[in-house]
Amino acid sequence: MRYEMVVGLEVHIELSTESKMFCDCSAKFGGEANTHVCPVCLGMPGVLPVPNKKAIDYAMRASLALNCQIAPFTKFDRKNYHYPDMPKDYQISQYDKPIGSNGYVVIRTDKGDRRIGIRRLHMEEDTGKSLHEGVAAGSLLDFNRAGVPLIEIVSEPDIRTAEEARLYLQKIRTIMLYTGVSDVKMEEGSMRCDANISLRPEGSSEFGTLVEIKNMNSFRSVQRALEYEAARQQSVLESGGRIVRETRHWDEGRGVTFSSRSKEEAHDYRYFPDPDLVPLEINQEWVDEVRRALPELPDQRFRRYVEEYNLPAYDARVLVEDLALAGFFDEAVAAGANPKAASNWIMVDLQGLLKGEGKSISEVKIKPSHLTQLIDLIEKATISGKIAKDVLVEVCFTGKDPESVVKEKGLVQITDESALIKAAEEVLAANPGPVEDYRKGKKNAIGFLVGQLMKATRGKANPGLANDILRKLLDGSV
Amino acid sequence: MSLCDLTAHELHKLFSSGEASATEIAEAHLERIEAIEQEVRAYVTVTRDRLLEAAAAADKARQSGEVIGPLTGIPMAIKDNIVTQGVKTTCASRILENFIPPYNATVVDRLYNAGGCLVGKANMDEFAMGSSCEHSHFGPTHNPWDTGRVPGGSSGGSAAAVAAGEAVFALGSDTGGSIRQPASFCGVVGMKPTYGRVSRYGLVAFASSLDQIGPFTRDITDCALVLNAICGHDPRDTTSASEPVPDFTESLVPDICGMRLGVPREYFEEGLSKGVREAVNSAIELLAEMGATVEECSLPHTRYALSTYYLIAPAEASSNLARYDGVRYGYRASGARDFVDMYKKTRYEGFGPEVRRRIMLGTYALSAGYYDAYYLKALKVRTLICKDFDNAFDKFDALVTPTAPTVAFSLGEKAADPLSMYLSDICTIPVNLAGLPALSVTCGFNEGMPVGLQLIGPHFAEGTLLRLGYALEQSTDFHRRRPPLTKTQEWDRNMEEAPDNAV
Ligand SMILES: [Zn+2]
Repeated sequence: MRYEMVVGLEVHIELSTESKMFCDCSAKFGGEANTHVCPVCLGMPGVLPVPNKKAIDYAMRASLALNCQIAPFTKFDRKNYHYPDMPKDYQISQYDKPIGSNGYVVIRTDKGDRRIGIRRLHMEEDTGKSLHEGVAAGSLLDFNRAGVPLIEIVSEPDIRTAEEARLYLQKIRTIMLYTGVSDVKMEEGSMRCDANISLRPEGSSEFGTLVEIKNMNSFRSVQRALEYEAARQQSVLESGGRIVRETRHWDEGRGVTFSSRSKEEAHDYRYFPDPDLVPLEINQEWVDEVRRALPELPDQRFRRYVEEYNLPAYDARVLVEDLALAGFFDEAVAAGANPKAASNWIMVDLQGLLKGEGKSISEVKIKPSHLTQLIDLIEKATISGKIAKDVLVEVCFTGKDPESVVKEKGLVQITDESALIKAAEEVLAANPGPVEDYRKGKKNAIGFLVGQLMKATRGKANPGLANDILRKLLDGSV
Repeated sequence: MSLCDLTAHELHKLFSSGEASATEIAEAHLERIEAIEQEVRAYVTVTRDRLLEAAAAADKARQSGEVIGPLTGIPMAIKDNIVTQGVKTTCASRILENFIPPYNATVVDRLYNAGGCLVGKANMDEFAMGSSCEHSHFGPTHNPWDTGRVPGGSSGGSAAAVAAGEAVFALGSDTGGSIRQPASFCGVVGMKPTYGRVSRYGLVAFASSLDQIGPFTRDITDCALVLNAICGHDPRDTTSASEPVPDFTESLVPDICGMRLGVPREYFEEGLSKGVREAVNSAIELLAEMGATVEECSLPHTRYALSTYYLIAPAEASSNLARYDGVRYGYRASGARDFVDMYKKTRYEGFGPEVRRRIMLGTYALSAGYYDAYYLKALKVRTLICKDFDNAFDKFDALVTPTAPTVAFSLGEKAADPLSMYLSDICTIPVNLAGLPALSVTCGFNEGMPVGLQLIGPHFAEGTLLRLGYALEQSTDFHRRRPPLTKTQEWDRNMEEAPDNAV
């Protein structure tokens, strides 16, 4: 029997607000332990939470970007459980009235576009951190993250392959970056993911027994964990066993999931409306205000690149997925660059250089206007495309504009025919073999001779002109 | 009469005219405490040095010609579940026995700004759970009128301190009657303002949707003065109301002609003692004589109030008290195997039996499978109770009831029987469920013990209640009576001073 996996993902994203969800403490990542704390986020007696308006704005922005409906009436609830890194021993979250619901994102798979439903998006607060390493006895606690605003995005069980899961996460990440609500860094924990996975015979519409997987620290580990878990469940089913509803942890090193044997399943969070917080009414005006402030989103930008600029879908996607690169591209085009040429330069040469250096676009000195100028120099035949590649490297490292680089280094293309004829005659004289070949009918021997001429002029010869002149000399028409 | 048997407005006259200094007023209170606190035990902590410092500052302010507010230099007690920066705030619990908050409650800031001088932190039932002040980790407070009786609860220490002249006024908190019932038992004025009228920031939460801070005073005028200082919106409490705050002293007019009063019959049923019934009825007659129209009415859902309350309040408490886990502050049990064991031990050893009982009740009420049947149902009944009041206030300006079904009972009388203890809040609990303001004012004496009359108003109608209370006060002298205990001290002191005077 063939099985298919049914996967739903729960993604937590820390919002990059200045202050925490319910107090004025800094929400910045890092800082010495327990320096971003106050009585409110330490859960001291008698304190009360005051919601951060900015965090609510961000949650709305994220909801709208994920095509969710915004609840006109929403509220905060308490999720009750004891854990040492939870200051109040309950987490303020949203239970039955999440701020966003019924959304979707579209991912592009080999089999075409797939729409993945977003069941809900709700607001909550982050917990602190327990530190066990290097502690002689007991544990230490750091509450700097306690109370940092989070959103949890819960997908519908619409994901069918591990690859789709990765694409979905990538899409969520890109959208969050575009909206500017989070820096979505998995390594700093500002984006986290848990998965629910079950198997069912292909073609069946029923759901199998659900297993939750936690502790996946990268998109790749999500993909690997799902692949592993699907295979594990399949072999259990095929050997006549039954899947146990449980929580399993992903072990990155060993590449396996293992049962956490925690009593988590038995948890009753005893949700109830937080009496310290008045319900939140969100009128249409507020929604409209947030919607108006939404920047162009990845799908819109993709469409613009393909439809307006005629970029190949692949190129458009690569650009769109990198917010900084796409911004660079847009600015270069706005400054007058031919979109296709700009895209080519970014996709091939700039990307290659960045990859080689292990840097991002913001870490090198080239500006979008530089690229515009560089393309202009090629179009005007001031420099050759080959020379331009060197100029690009120089601009990236020095930040000088391409025109100055060309001038300083004397890279202006030789378009003076008489100067080139002289050099060409020397090349022919020095290479009697290839000349002979050409004249005997091996017409492609001219490629070698053009190369020699370019070499002699240190690349400054206009390649078309060089070709022309050589051909004329060889054919004896000069 | 000693300086500690006067009201704030009387002391203000003496102080602002220079007849008595704030230091003299403070010292008189410290002497009173020295003399009778052994018997009353109103305080968990007496902040003697702070009081004298604050009084000296008040004297200096007066001498340098600064504007003196009505509460400047006035000694006050704060219930020990209202946090005071640098002063232990225990909630009368072992679990917070040594907790010193690094911040003030909003009301404490406001009273300090108004010039109030802290005498100490008043005893209470642990985490405000109780009706007799017997559930304190530090032992019970005694009723100054009869030290064999309870002062009521949970704000028993605050009520007793004001009744015994150990503070001029006090703050308490009222979740189901915790200000009004002890005010009634101790013969002082107690007001539970409208929910949201006073910031809860810094009030250690028992049941957040019911808790409200309010004053204990010796008369209605003082009540208005303290309300003026503590009411108003607080950005740190999103449940605090932005309703404008009037000057409550403007309500102190002895004219209640044409005011419409309702007498809900459900508050006069079985369990109401004969003495209380008589005192309340004669107060109602008096109000009618002064020109109010009085009519019987019905609040049919009253009989569900107690059970509704005992689902909602413990449910919220079970969550509010979860943070006392020994991790960050407060008591931590030793010898635990792991953190789960530490929680269990800490909470078992740190909380008293009544608190543990309510945490269990609340946890149960919120549990999966029971939530709909208990908590959700309770919320629905709560709205019915609110509707009852809404309907009544279509017809009436205020409702008149007893504050408690009996006068103060004896120490130990109900301690072993939670249900009969819970019943002593039967008249006050519906008011919290509806978030209404209510005032308890002494309307007579029975068995030598004060009887409280409860006046209930619509939301934000504290002024109406003050006006009624003031009118009543003008034609009675109950508010001028002082417990015999305080007179004994007066007499002792006079005796001591006699030889000097004789010379
Ligand atoms: Zn904080």
